[in-house]
Amino acid sequence: MSWQWFHRLGSPRWFYQKSSAWLPWLGGAALSLLSVGVVWGLGFAPEDFKQGNSYRIIYIHVPAAFLALAGYYIMAISGAIGLIWKMKLSFVVMRAAAPIGAALTFIALFTGAVWGKPTWGTYWVWDARITSMLILFFLYLGVMALSGAFSREQSGDKASALLALVGTVNIPIIYKSVDWWFTLHQPATLKLTEASTIDPSMFYPLITMIAGFYLFYAWVLTLHTRTMILQREGRTQWVRELVGASAPAKA
Amino acid sequence: MQFQFDSLASFFAMDGHGPYVWASYGMVVLVLVVLAVTPVFRQRKLRRELQQQLRQEEARRRAATTRAASQRAAEVVE
Repeated sequence: MSWQWFHRLGSPRWFYQKSSAWLPWLGGAALSLLSVGVVWGLGFAPEDFKQGNSYRIIYIHVPAAFLALAGYYIMAISGAIGLIWKMKLSFVVMRAAAPIGAALTFIALFTGAVWGKPTWGTYWVWDARITSMLILFFLYLGVMALSGAFSREQSGDKASALLALVGTVNIPIIYKSVDWWFTLHQPATLKLTEASTIDPSMFYPLITMIAGFYLFYAWVLTLHTRTMILQREGRTQWVRELVGASAPAKA
Repeated sequence: MQFQFDSLASFFAMDGHGPYVWASYGMVVLVLVVLAVTPVFRQRKLRRELQQQLRQEEARRRAATTRAASQRAAEVVE
């Protein structure tokens, strides 16, 4: 039937088998884009006339923040799909996305704080953008904690999916925080609807890094999802066959 | 496009912003490496545990069949 692909997509086994072919491509592309972007951004992009060399942190700060937000969408939408269609795989993706999102949010907060010191004169201010990002970090941690807090796995799936969905109210607040409140944080440099306020010589390395972070995210999310599938499906026949087939030598 | 610094030393110094820039990049490398490496190690450990579990089950099954066989043999002798 025409819905067959949808059901197949929900099957952890199908995903596990298919995704092993994607991994080297995703990983290779991500690492090469990231290395090109880092060398470009650190050594070859021109110095910022106002901020000097500290601005080079933008090449990791902005991509990490992008993915911290995009990762939240992925986590919340996976949770919603799991709740609505009871798809096993989507709950696994949701669980796998939580620690990755937390790590990326941490990077955005950390690099932002370190960038703040030479630029604003302080590591931390309780302004709208930074505080809402901190809330995002806690939401990720909350989803991680809640998903592991139940002895029945399905209860953890449902509860953490609900928390992830409720937490999406924070996302537009993060986006709009630099416009709604008076803040130290500079407004968005990259815009979808109008020209970006950034010179091409700085824009190209930045977009390289953003693409690299997206690919890295896809790679790592696949890796974490596969690991979690193996963990959850340990009792099923296909995992037994998979593990048995790759056993070094049967005693 | 050209390299923006006169020397390697000035590249590391970044006009005094070096510590901030390098601390940020160092932390990013650390976090990304941890993100990529943890699932690989966890999966390796999981596979080992599952294999061990499979071997134990196999051994138990084999023990059960030999027990049954010896029982049958004992019955024949009687």
